Amino acid sequence: MIFDYILNAIALGMTFLYGSTGEIITEKAGHLNLGIPGVMCVGAAGGCAALHYMIVGGVTNGVLLVVIGILAAFLAAALMGLIFSFLAVTLHANQNVTGLAMTTFGVGLMKYIMFGLKEGTSIPYLKALDAFRFPFSSSNSALKYCGVMVFLAIIIALVVSFVLFKTRVGLHLRAVGENPATADAAGINVTLYKYVATCVGCGIAGLGGLCYIMDYSGSREGYLSIEALGWLAVALVIFALWRPHISILGSVIFGALFIAGSFIPTLLPFKILQTMAAAPLLKMLPYVVTIIVLIVTSIRDKKENYPPAGLGLNYYREER
Amino acid sequence: MAKVKTEKVHEPLFHIVKRDRMPLWQSISIRLGSIVCALAFCALICYIVIDVKPAEFFETMFDGVFGSERRIWKMIKDLAVLLCISLAVTPAFKMRFWNIGAEGQVLMSCLASVACVIYFGGKMSNWMLLVCMALASVIMGAIWAVIPAVFKAKWDTNETLFTLMMNYVATSLVSFFLIVWVPSGSSTLGELDYGHLPNIYNRYLVLVLVVAAITVAMYIYLNYCKHGYEISVVGESQKTACYIGINVKKVVIRTLIVSGALCGIAGFLIVSALDHSVTTASAGGQGFTAIMVSWLAKFNPIIMVATSFLIVFLQQGVNQVATDCNISNAFPNIIVGIILFFVIGCEFFINYKIMFRGKEASKK
Repeated sequence: MIFDYILNAIALGMTFLYGSTGEIITEKAGHLNLGIPGVMCVGAAGGCAALHYMIVGGVTNGVLLVVIGILAAFLAAALMGLIFSFLAVTLHANQNVTGLAMTTFGVGLMKYIMFGLKEGTSIPYLKALDAFRFPFSSSNSALKYCGVMVFLAIIIALVVSFVLFKTRVGLHLRAVGENPATADAAGINVTLYKYVATCVGCGIAGLGGLCYIMDYSGSREGYLSIEALGWLAVALVIFALWRPHISILGSVIFGALFIAGSFIPTLLPFKILQTMAAAPLLKMLPYVVTIIVLIVTSIRDKKENYPPAGLGLNYYREER
Repeated sequence: MAKVKTEKVHEPLFHIVKRDRMPLWQSISIRLGSIVCALAFCALICYIVIDVKPAEFFETMFDGVFGSERRIWKMIKDLAVLLCISLAVTPAFKMRFWNIGAEGQVLMSCLASVACVIYFGGKMSNWMLLVCMALASVIMGAIWAVIPAVFKAKWDTNETLFTLMMNYVATSLVSFFLIVWVPSGSSTLGELDYGHLPNIYNRYLVLVLVVAAITVAMYIYLNYCKHGYEISVVGESQKTACYIGINVKKVVIRTLIVSGALCGIAGFLIVSALDHSVTTASAGGQGFTAIMVSWLAKFNPIIMVATSFLIVFLQQGVNQVATDCNISNAFPNIIVGIILFFVIGCEFFINYKIMFRGKEASKK
């Protein structure tokens, strides 16, 4: 039972991990992208739409389905990133408002697309479920949730961490996020870095939506909860102090907290937990924990735990 | 001997210059122009995706909003609620405090109102009950807003994420209390019998009048009060505010109390005039929409009437299109999103101008 709980937490956590890794890249470039929930939704819709048309078209090769599905999700979400960076970088629009508009747009778009993806009563894209849950798809336990995309999430998080903190590109990117004017003076192409980071970040976040539908939920209604998960992914960025490798652990913790409502009452022998009213209170846990982390990091006041200094501010070269 | 290089200086095709100030008519016409462009774009998308002719599209939209008296009142009611929440978030935004927790603040005050009805309903006169509900809502909204504000003022905790998390805590609390209050286990609270606002003409008129009064009051508060002045100074530059002797912490906390209290009024109005109940969706995402409404109006309460009308008109109008064409009810969100992108983008042309290479040279 406890093993089941942990596996569930890991599988669900990967949705957060994609979202937060993507958002970390974006924030390191100085963009507070509140559109991440919308981006994840669009990623899910893009991936599922691609799977739908491939399966309806008669593609049965599992590898092809997984690869094209992931690519489609990435591209669809990166396109959202392009909209965001065009508005925020080129047109100097307010990032919070742009992000919220992207969430409105993305959630609407996904619901519209997913609503139409059906053939009579069957849902074609769910036929790719076995391919996505590849190594353990025949398992009866929660192990089946740990499919290809779970491993991909961890690999991506580690690679991003390495690039951000150990390479020149990462150094430049962090410089852009901390102080774009200085980065500009040092000869870094600020606009290019911001564009690429936002698009790649959104693309990675978009995979989270697909991961949730094709790996963890595996049901037609799965798409309805992506938005709420997306907001938690934004919160996870703070929990992880802008470091993708910490985010791996954080995402599993968030996953465990998120489903605590359905597992804890059966695991712990306290009477009070077995009442119905306990479930919503347990559901509150991830948010409360995030708030506590926010407060603690702000009170401890350590420079390395700070958000990028230029976060949320647009850079205009001619401004003094 | 080194040669003197005569390098040709590369001059970009155009560069961007910040504008000083634009005449009002010009900035308004740019904004209207962007809305017209956006609507045309949406009509085109509808024509391609769901095969509705543009003329038909606009006709259905107008019909959906102004088609009958019932629809007009629905529009007015939605407008009033959205406007009320937008007004609530405005003072905080003007101070550059990104309170995206209006959703949670409204929800908590709905909960407080309903709690009053459940515990005091029938035990006191309707007027007393309404006063109790209003007070409880206002206090609850203010508390929910002031918690992040205190941490922001004291330790500079990131308010955007704090308020965002508070939304979800509020949602969980509502579902917790619904389980406690509804013994049947269905967790849906039916319409309550007590604590209704009086029907004058119809059940919406009181609501509209209250919101109208708040609009005017907020305009005066922001433009003709010392508080309003302090808010705008803190928003423009915290250092300046410190320098001229404004206690920034005090202003932050005070403004968030005002902001939360107004969210409380919105919650009270939702319960007492409209829903007479509470669900986890009582705020219905309007806390987020309100942020965009407020920003589009450039934090001006009077213009906010127009911007919230725009959003409500779009939502209700496109909803009608979606119902008539039998497509997903998420369609209005797509259209609203697209239009917001256009309007957000057009701000650029108001704040900046593009100088082309040729023009520059001829000037010299």
